[in-house]
Amino acid sequence: MTRWLTALWLAVLSFLAPAADGFVPIPPLAARVTDLTGTLTREQRDRLENRLAALEREKGAQIAILMLPTTRPETIEQFGIRLAEAWKIGRKGIDDGVIVIVAQDDRAVRIEVGYGLEGVIPDAVAKRIIEEEIVPRFRAGDFFGGLLAASETLAGIVAGEALPAPRRAQDGNLTLGSDLQLFLLFALAALARFARALFGLLGALIAAGLAGLLALLVFGSWLAAFIAALFVLVLSFARGGGSGWSSGGGWSGGHSGGGGFGGGGGGFGGGGASGRW
Amino acid sequence: MKLRLAALLVFVASLLSGCGYNQIQRNDEAVSAAWSEVLNQYKRRADLIPNLVAIVQGYAAHEKEVLTKVTAARASVAGIKATPELIDDPAAFAKFQQAQAELGSALARLLVVAENYPQLKADANFRDLQAQVEGTENRIAVARKRYIEAVQAYNTTVRVFPNNLTAMLFGYKPKANFTVEDEKAIAAPPTIRFDAAPATK
Repeated sequence: MTRWLTALWLAVLSFLAPAADGFVPIPPLAARVTDLTGTLTREQRDRLENRLAALEREKGAQIAILMLPTTRPETIEQFGIRLAEAWKIGRKGIDDGVIVIVAQDDRAVRIEVGYGLEGVIPDAVAKRIIEEEIVPRFRAGDFFGGLLAASETLAGIVAGEALPAPRRAQDGNLTLGSDLQLFLLFALAALARFARALFGLLGALIAAGLAGLLALLVFGSWLAAFIAALFVLVLSFARGGGSGWSSGGGWSGGHSGGGGFGGGGGGFGGGGASGRW
Repeated sequence: MKLRLAALLVFVASLLSGCGYNQIQRNDEAVSAAWSEVLNQYKRRADLIPNLVAIVQGYAAHEKEVLTKVTAARASVAGIKATPELIDDPAAFAKFQQAQAELGSALARLLVVAENYPQLKADANFRDLQAQVEGTENRIAVARKRYIEAVQAYNTTVRVFPNNLTAMLFGYKPKANFTVEDEKAIAAPPTIRFDAAPATK
């Protein structure tokens, strides 16, 4: 029941999220290498994945690769920053993330560089990697080769940079923001149960109203307000707490767990370079 | 009984924080930060220009018109004091934007012209500079987008009830944002495509 309600709430959240408007939706982040075009074989994907994972183990910096058919109607730069803001590759505060985006049908490629790596990978270097490592191989149809060469070069550059040591425990995955909303909702639900215990049905109703008001303020939508209120009201009657957390805990920043890769909260400011082949 | 009282107190306290003062403060600070980033990136672009002009001059000295335009545009940008207070003065803000837009289009034209000089294009320094200019243009677009979002959030906060009363009390006014024209420019950034005909407008 709780699980189902969480799913409903998540569906509402994703429904309310901006973007849409005919833009290419941001694909969920489940692995370092995301290939929506089906170009890479499984082994190729694994090889890239392992190389990038090794870098993260060594240095803590994150590199992700996305291959998709097209970014139209947006330019690859506009899509790139939207992707970077959603994926948050790189560690929070260190901002050591890089995303390589390949829009196959547009014949466009972009290296999006996080704030923290703009020093070691300035635009000119990113451009050179594109022009010298990626574009010649892509022209020959060797997508895997281009991406592998770029990954090696990028990893090599990053490895030479003095970055804060990676944290051993993989606890950097929970990002605030989206989780906060979820947490708030559950907190309100807990409050509603508390209020119901204290004031009876009236208390639960007030708490539900509060949740609705909050949702209205946050999302500016009556639908969201109604659903949030209903959610809290139903939860206040639900029995056996805690189970909601297990389903909510693994969810971070809008992507499903799966392989267990998530952005660490790195920031991007539009640095990097683009190229065409 | 005590529990009930405590619960009521918490509820009342949560109502008190609803006048929006803190929210206004937060959003105001966010706008300032976003604006600083915009200025920062504009400055970065202006700093690239002398080197770029110098290197283009070396290969294409007779492209005087384009070169002078860039230099003049940069001078007029430098002539406007880029202070944080700009965003509270719509007229000065518009003038500043105008100057930056002119610099942007002059720069784009310079890079298009440069395409006619194979030797210039082959110059490693020029290629690096070109990548930097492109990257900076993109950073400017991102910084502006974030500024627009920050101002939208701030202006909404200041205008909705009951925050508008708080804002009036403390003298917080809605802030200047980029105009529709600017937003159009953001929707279609001056991509420097060399294989196509120069689509400058």
